[in-house]
Amino acid sequence: MRSFIIILLTSALAFSSFTGSAQCKSFAKKVCRLELKPYIHDGNYNAAILSEGEDAELFKTFYAGQQYRIAVCGSEPLYSIEFQVMDVDRTVLYSNKSNGYKPTWDFKVEGTQQLIIMVKVNENASTSAEEVKSGCVAIMFGLKTD
Amino acid sequence: MIIRLLNRNYFTFLAVLLAGFMLSCGSDSSKQDRVKVDVDEISQSDVAKQGVQTARQIFYSLPSPLETALILKRSGAAYNAEILNPIENLGRYTTTKSMALNLGIFSTDLSYASLFDQTPASIKYMSASKKLAEGLGILNAIDNSIIDRLEENVNNRDVIMDIISETFLNTNSILEENDRVAIGAIILVGGWIEGVYIATALVDDAGSADFELVERIVDQKVSLLTIVKLLEQYSDNPDVQSVLSDVSELGVIYDKIQVSISHIEVVNDDTSGVATLRGKNVVSVSPKVFQELKDKVKEVRTKYIM
Repeated sequence: MRSFIIILLTSALAFSSFTGSAQCKSFAKKVCRLELKPYIHDGNYNAAILSEGEDAELFKTFYAGQQYRIAVCGSEPLYSIEFQVMDVDRTVLYSNKSNGYKPTWDFKVEGTQQLIIMVKVNENASTSAEEVKSGCVAIMFGLKTD
Repeated sequence: MIIRLLNRNYFTFLAVLLAGFMLSCGSDSSKQDRVKVDVDEISQSDVAKQGVQTARQIFYSLPSPLETALILKRSGAAYNAEILNPIENLGRYTTTKSMALNLGIFSTDLSYASLFDQTPASIKYMSASKKLAEGLGILNAIDNSIIDRLEENVNNRDVIMDIISETFLNTNSILEENDRVAIGAIILVGGWIEGVYIATALVDDAGSADFELVERIVDQKVSLLTIVKLLEQYSDNPDVQSVLSDVSELGVIYDKIQVSISHIEVVNDDTSGVATLRGKNVVSVSPKVFQELKDKVKEVRTKYIM
């Protein structure tokens, strides 16, 4: 009986994880991708389920002459998402914290650079200390085509 | 043994999880403007904040076929249909590795053709990509309606680009969802190799007027580091190991090329809202090393398409 319960509950865990993943895809496609307009999305999918207080990093090369838009979006119930763009020495070049947590940033590079995008899920001060919220965080890139 | 290791807290956690899952099944999030990810139903339960200990997630993002094609065009590359992988090769690709690599290769060819308004070629490459995606079990990433939409928008490059971007997103997200990220990595490397191949094939002489294109080829030294990091994450996969070995051979040649990256200064333009990251790279590549790189890229690409 105990084994049966373990199998049942573990299956539920696996299935709910799959459901979360499918919904993360839907969030990236239906919500975050729209933040890139009028830039064209590059087609890459970078999204994960993160909890309050957690962070993630993305490494990407940005090419000289190309204009980009970065969009970093968090699904409900996440409070706010902070993102920083850093060079390889981890010098912060941009932070959306000083721009009202705006989800997008437009930029171009004179010389091809590898940059690091650090995203962090902020904790909501009004949330009970006993609870932690999770949601989908997507990092998407738009390309200017003209 | 496993059962003995599970304590009461684990059962409590799973029970709460199951309850959250059952609640989430009953909710209707489809009507909401924002998509609500149901994991919050799980985590809003009494999981203590203090108990959350997870490793930082790291992503390595490679240039997509669309970005590669765009960089080629911006660098002054011309369109040359003869250097693309012929659609007739499609029947050769029967293994997972060959299908994944050539899905990437066809995707770059598709993007390159589309950016130069070669719609008939775009439709052919989209159809070939569809077959490879189906061969890899990535069903519904490219359906017949996408081919129809391409045909309906032959004169609208932006719409075509958007359709291509959507198919890449579908392919990548389906692979991620099904825990087949290693295949996604191989597809991206295939697309990247094709981009470098097209670029090198279009340059006859490294010291010629095509210097911007040469610079973009040399810039791939930076992307190569990301590719290696990405592939190393899945190095227990034999197909990834084999691709990593090819990429490492290219790395040996790229190591002979000097790229000096300068300090970055951020300049904001309040009118356009677009910031510029100022800082020019200094590139030094001899004609001999460039030819060596060109030959190696051709060798790897030929191995992949044959």
